[in-house]
Amino acid sequence: MRSKSYGEKASLGLKLGAIGTLLFLHVPLLIIFLYSFTTDETTYSFPLPGLTTKWFGVALHRTDLWEALKLSLQVASLATIAALILGTLAAAAVYRSNFFGRDAISFLLVLPIALPGIVTGIALRSAIGTLEIPFSFWTIIIGHATFCVVVVYNNVLARFRRMQSSQIEASMDLGANSFQTFRYIVLPNIATALLAGGMLAFALSFDEVIVTTFTAGQQSTLPIWIFSQLVRPRDRPVTNVVATIVILITFLPIFFAQKISAESSDTEGESK
Amino acid sequence: MNRLSTYFYKRPFMVTMLLLSVPMLYMLVVYLGSLFALLLNSFYYLEEFTGLVVKQFTLGTYAQLLKPSNLGIFGRTAGMAMAVTITDAVIAFPLAYYIAKFASRRLRTYLYIAVTLPLWSSYLVRVYAWKLILSKEGILSWFVNLFHLNPLLDGLLSLPGIGGSSLSLSPIGMFIAFCYIWLPYMIVPIQTALERVPKSLLEASSDLGAKPSQTFRNVILPLAFPGVVAGSIFTFSLTLGDFIVPQSLGNSRFFIGQAVYSHQGTSGNIPLAAAFTMGPVIIMVIYLLAARRLGAFDAL
Repeated sequence: MRSKSYGEKASLGLKLGAIGTLLFLHVPLLIIFLYSFTTDETTYSFPLPGLTTKWFGVALHRTDLWEALKLSLQVASLATIAALILGTLAAAAVYRSNFFGRDAISFLLVLPIALPGIVTGIALRSAIGTLEIPFSFWTIIIGHATFCVVVVYNNVLARFRRMQSSQIEASMDLGANSFQTFRYIVLPNIATALLAGGMLAFALSFDEVIVTTFTAGQQSTLPIWIFSQLVRPRDRPVTNVVATIVILITFLPIFFAQKISAESSDTEGESK
Repeated sequence: MNRLSTYFYKRPFMVTMLLLSVPMLYMLVVYLGSLFALLLNSFYYLEEFTGLVVKQFTLGTYAQLLKPSNLGIFGRTAGMAMAVTITDAVIAFPLAYYIAKFASRRLRTYLYIAVTLPLWSSYLVRVYAWKLILSKEGILSWFVNLFHLNPLLDGLLSLPGIGGSSLSLSPIGMFIAFCYIWLPYMIVPIQTALERVPKSLLEASSDLGAKPSQTFRNVILPLAFPGVVAGSIFTFSLTLGDFIVPQSLGNSRFFIGQAVYSHQGTSGNIPLAAAFTMGPVIIMVIYLLAARRLGAFDAL
């Protein structure tokens, strides 16, 4: 006897569960948007006592915020460049050959994000302290680069695996040398993977706070500024505005980066 | 140029090693070197009168971890990490299952992005959102009032150990925020694992007479398990090491992350902070090795 065929359509319960989880993931962010227009200066009262846009103006004139934003952008840019170089080199090496240490390399690269951020943070702090290097802009970047490498590495390696090696062979057969092949065949092939990996690394660095608190000296990145407000709220309305702006500026780059990697992993799945 | 190219072409192993040298040098020196410095520091100790770190081998710093208050910190943090991991696995499953097995291709891409978007951005902002939601005068209290559920909330908050004066100052509030923040890390690996389950397997199960619930229990769940383990690596590890959520939403009882943060910060006691971190490091290394055995890395 044949029982009812399995899983043609999602059951109502499953749909509701899925929708519930999606709402749980995104509704809290909408609440922040709402709060950035509140007239309430001292508490988080709901319903909002009134609506105003004046906090956007106030935030605009806060120099401490601009300083923090500038530092965050500088750090994220340099950490991303470092991650792009290191991650691509590692991905190329791992893709090229099947040597003994492949798994170990992936493991080593993934470790900074698999171990709690506090481990990376305090480890770097004790190393920097032991070597008596002063904490600075550069120590923040060194810290960020360690956990950004893996993002670029994963994206580029996935793309390498999808690339037809016959293209490289054809290029070489037609007389191009290794450098020309890299320039005209490999680079265009991995360009969007670099873009996606780079944008994600940038976002990761721009948002990072745990490692940063350990590797920064007196500098304050934007996440550190927000964290100080979380612990001791002094400028609630301005924090609401900053939170809203952070969501808005990170949304688009990450959306596109994710779209690129989602699409390339989709086609990868098909070819298998 | 051509000569150089030929030279390299004939020595593929050398090229691989050259490519590898820079990233490996960086990771070995900066990252593993730092971990080593951390280990080293955990064997030093802080001279209490001078407040200076004495670079002399001792196990005394580790012995301090065995004080009841410190063991309490480990227990509390590990308990929270476990509760968060289990809850996230339960909440993540329906959405992961839906994306993997029922969504159209187009919808799948967008749902995937909707899930992963929070992974990359606004971690602090998302913690902040819960500070707004859970505060005493905030939106959740308003809803609780609306539905006359106050006695329930008060009862929950009066529970010893997990209660507090308001949701935003209690372990319950931290638990909610942790579940929220790490949820995407659970959804993605479960979805990946489920996508690899061939439809024919499910059809075979039902052809052989299994009810949908039996197929779910005996076929889908075991095959999704590596994904759950992979996700739990993140939820568990991230909860173990976080100090942002406890600092922002918790009460005065410390978690591992806070202990590390405060020991290295105010008192400059890096040895004790380092010894504290060895806890999560050891837990996570064992966890990672076990997860590898269970095939969780394929689902990452």
